[in-house]
Amino acid sequence: MQTYKDYTGSKIGMWLFLLSEILLFGGLFILYSTYRYKFPADFHLAAGELNRIVGTFNTLILLTSSLTMALSISSIQKGNRKISMILVMATLLLGLVFLLNKYFEWATKLHHGVYPNSPTLLERNKGEVLFYGLYYAMTGLHGLHVLVGLCLLAGLCVLIHKEKINRTSFVMLENSGLYWHLVDIIWIFLFPLFYLIT
Amino acid sequence: MPIYEVTEGSSSGTSFYEYQGRYHGIFSWIFSTDHKRIGILYLAAIMVFFSIAVVLGFLMRLELIAPGPTIMKPQTYNAIFTLHGVIMLFLFVIPGIPVIFGNFFLPIQIGARDVAFPRVNLLSWWVYMTGAALVILSLFTGGGPIDTGWTFYAPYSLRTTVNVPLAVFAVFVLGFSSILTGINFVTTTHRLRAPGMTWFRLPLFVWSLYATAWVQILATPVVGITLLLTLMERMVGVGVFDPAKGGDPILYQHLFWIYSHPAVYIMILPAMGVISEIIPVFSRKTIFGYKAVAFSSIAIALVGSFVWGHHMFVSGQSDLASVIFSLLTFLVAIPSAVKVFNWVATLYKGSIELAPPLLFALTFIFLFAIGGLMGLFQGALATDVHLHDTYWVVAHFHYVIFGGMGFTFFGSFLYWFPKMFGRMYRKRISYISWFFLFIGFNTLYFSMVILGWEGMPRRYYDYLPQFHTLHLISTIGSWILIAGLILFFGNLLHALFRGEKGEDNPWRAATLEWQIPSPPPTENFEKIPTVDRGPYDFREK
Repeated sequence: MQTYKDYTGSKIGMWLFLLSEILLFGGLFILYSTYRYKFPADFHLAAGELNRIVGTFNTLILLTSSLTMALSISSIQKGNRKISMILVMATLLLGLVFLLNKYFEWATKLHHGVYPNSPTLLERNKGEVLFYGLYYAMTGLHGLHVLVGLCLLAGLCVLIHKEKINRTSFVMLENSGLYWHLVDIIWIFLFPLFYLIT
Repeated sequence: MPIYEVTEGSSSGTSFYEYQGRYHGIFSWIFSTDHKRIGILYLAAIMVFFSIAVVLGFLMRLELIAPGPTIMKPQTYNAIFTLHGVIMLFLFVIPGIPVIFGNFFLPIQIGARDVAFPRVNLLSWWVYMTGAALVILSLFTGGGPIDTGWTFYAPYSLRTTVNVPLAVFAVFVLGFSSILTGINFVTTTHRLRAPGMTWFRLPLFVWSLYATAWVQILATPVVGITLLLTLMERMVGVGVFDPAKGGDPILYQHLFWIYSHPAVYIMILPAMGVISEIIPVFSRKTIFGYKAVAFSSIAIALVGSFVWGHHMFVSGQSDLASVIFSLLTFLVAIPSAVKVFNWVATLYKGSIELAPPLLFALTFIFLFAIGGLMGLFQGALATDVHLHDTYWVVAHFHYVIFGGMGFTFFGSFLYWFPKMFGRMYRKRISYISWFFLFIGFNTLYFSMVILGWEGMPRRYYDYLPQFHTLHLISTIGSWILIAGLILFFGNLLHALFRGEKGEDNPWRAATLEWQIPSPPPTENFEKIPTVDRGPYDFREK
């Protein structure tokens, strides 16, 4: 049996997968827009409570990680295996910092008793309950995607080390990059929706 | 008289059943990346789930044979109608034709050795089996079998004490498998067509699988997130569908049907593809209006994605929304009718041979036309108020799904069985089984048409005495139907072990799968064929 490789085919497959990811989040965005339309005042109140500085910081981190990811691909294309590997590790590190921030952000909220079904939250207006319900659902699902991304990145390091990903065969790195950018883009939408529009 | 030059034998000269890969025994199946073996794996699994769901349906009908409690308690009945729906839809009808016949024949029909991502293909089978195992597990853990109906409507699904979390998670997992198959099929169709296999030389089965695959990719994630949210709702109570917390259960219905209406096209489109294969072959005539049939698949997939609101006419959505959804619903009848008229036009002045596959294909047209026309009654706003949530609806979707997809599923077996297994079944018995299936089906479901019209609500455990006669007739129909099923599959099982060796091309069909040995060799073609004509060109070379 001969091995069969199709660069374009792999890319098509990945793009289709990303499309399905967009629709997965799409359902949540529909819910967000409906409830924002229904409870504008409550959403305003609740959004004001989120820490904009942490949010901005996390946005910067994620954007930078997309840059390092893109650079790692052009490095491998030029044959700089070592630099490519360092850049993937940098991406991994930035992703970790993002999750760490998220952890502290969630921890503070939990500490204040603001989490789904909490007595403190249920005393508040219905729109605020929904805002936080969506906040936890959407950033949670996004965080899960970052976590999956980190596992992917760790796998990539191994593959680059073993030279399975190399100058001529790098579609796996590229596809993982596409995934990472998607995670980034979703955050770019989540950030203004939860932190900026108050 | 092979139409394409294909060298005898293949890469290894043996059929894919005999080919020994890296693994042996059972592992040569469950770890195989051969699209044909994966197709058979799906076939085995799906037949088991289909049988279970048939038995559940049988028990349901038996309970309804007379008013009042007959053989089970109301809660058991609720669990059984839910499970019948969940297993039939998510484990049999939605994957059904694409994962069995699509997996087996899509690569061969386009002249490829396998799908674009063989390992992902195997993964999707494992994911499917995991989802199925979770469905079974959900019956015996937590609060027991779910009783929400297959739609898991909020807020009931958020309140009931039964094991909703695991069941919805299981369906989420099954959706993931469906997306992976969709991605695989779209990529395969784009990248792996043999030289000369242009888009308009593709067999129409491929076109329908292609349209279906797009719906699988685009619609499934929406139900995925809906089910995840239901899960979160049950675990932590986020509140998005819970009216007590400000959430809106109607939004649950919207998100659910954004997937689940297109899902009925995931069920029926591949079936329509099979019909478009069978009819030209047995009327020895090229399909009438190839492009119209091909594009109507795309049109159905497209328009069908925007009609979900017709499930919600009485839910309290805005009148304007209802009017628009009603209009779009009527529009989707157009491409469906295009197909039906083209099939009939193909038969016209053809040299018709009423072989078993064609008999089932014609039955499809008959039953699907009844079911489809019933759909128009529900699509009209005024009549739907009367028909909503009655047996009419149950009859409608059994006519389109069982009469449509089900009968085509049987037809696909009869058409491709000789190719898949290299043996021929007894045609006489398949005719007799058709008779039982057809009579049983109509006795069972046409009674429901009348019951619904007279106001019998669906999903009820008990009913008023005036409905007794029709319920009794319907239950008797279910027995005839099951007799037909036993005869049909008994015939195939007999053929599988004792059947005569079939020819490579018993139907003298022109598509590529019939130009290679039966059963096909591993990797299908020794040399990738060059295609120089359409799929229904029956001229000899």
